Amino acid sequence: MEITTTEYKRCEVVKANGRIDSYTAPELEEVLNQLTGNGKYKIVLDMSEVDFMSSKGWWVLIETQKKCRRYNRGELVLANVKDRIRESLDLVGMGSYFKIYDDMTSAVASF
Amino acid sequence: MPTATFPARFDSLAKIGKFIERATKKAGVDDSTTYAVQLAVDEACSNIIEHAYGGENKGDIQCTYSIANNRLTITLRDKGQPFDPEKIQEPNFGAPIEELKPRGAGLFLMRKLMDEIRFEFNQKSGNVLTLVKHLPE
Repeated sequence: MEITTTEYKRCEVVKANGRIDSYTAPELEEVLNQLTGNGKYKIVLDMSEVDFMSSKGWWVLIETQKKCRRYNRGELVLANVKDRIRESLDLVGMGSYFKIYDDMTSAVASF
Repeated sequence: MPTATFPARFDSLAKIGKFIERATKKAGVDDSTTYAVQLAVDEACSNIIEHAYGGENKGDIQCTYSIANNRLTITLRDKGQPFDPEKIQEPNFGAPIEELKPRGAGLFLMRKLMDEIRFEFNQKSGNVLTLVKHLPE
């Protein structure tokens, strides 16, 4: 899995591609932990090229969201989530923990 | 019945996903159902690696599928430790995020995504997990 991070004026954009499962989720976790460890709590995760996400991936995002929202210092938002992934997210009721945007412009502008 | 055996490691999950994709293509289901079945199997296999075997590289996972009687049946076999699925608490989704704990989500997803799930544990032959998706007539 490839993960890139781009710094914007008001937030960081993380883009992952491929599968986020028990094998690849630790890589994403490391990238997100580095950002929060450096005091970056306003993050957009661009999921336009993520075609599979298991619960391991969701837990990484949940843990990151906990850190970002603490003391109201920021938030992790999601952009371009594929329908199938969105369905599984809503099926378990995890969708309510994230703002999901249909495009990057809206996601970045939310900060 | 098509069968494949994979090393119980997390880097096997993508290959297991491809094997399951072949099963769903043969069954003629739509993309949404394919994804649901792949996700359920992925969650099951992750649990086998993490909990039944207690970590990677401690055994294999044998996957088999069959399509009959309007059912796609996937069987996963492992020689790890058995567990009681009734003892696994459902995750507390809906609670405030600070209270969320990362346990039980895989089993919860499997139950939601598949139509039938059966766990069988046998000292000799090991653990057998059967996942069934009902197919449209």
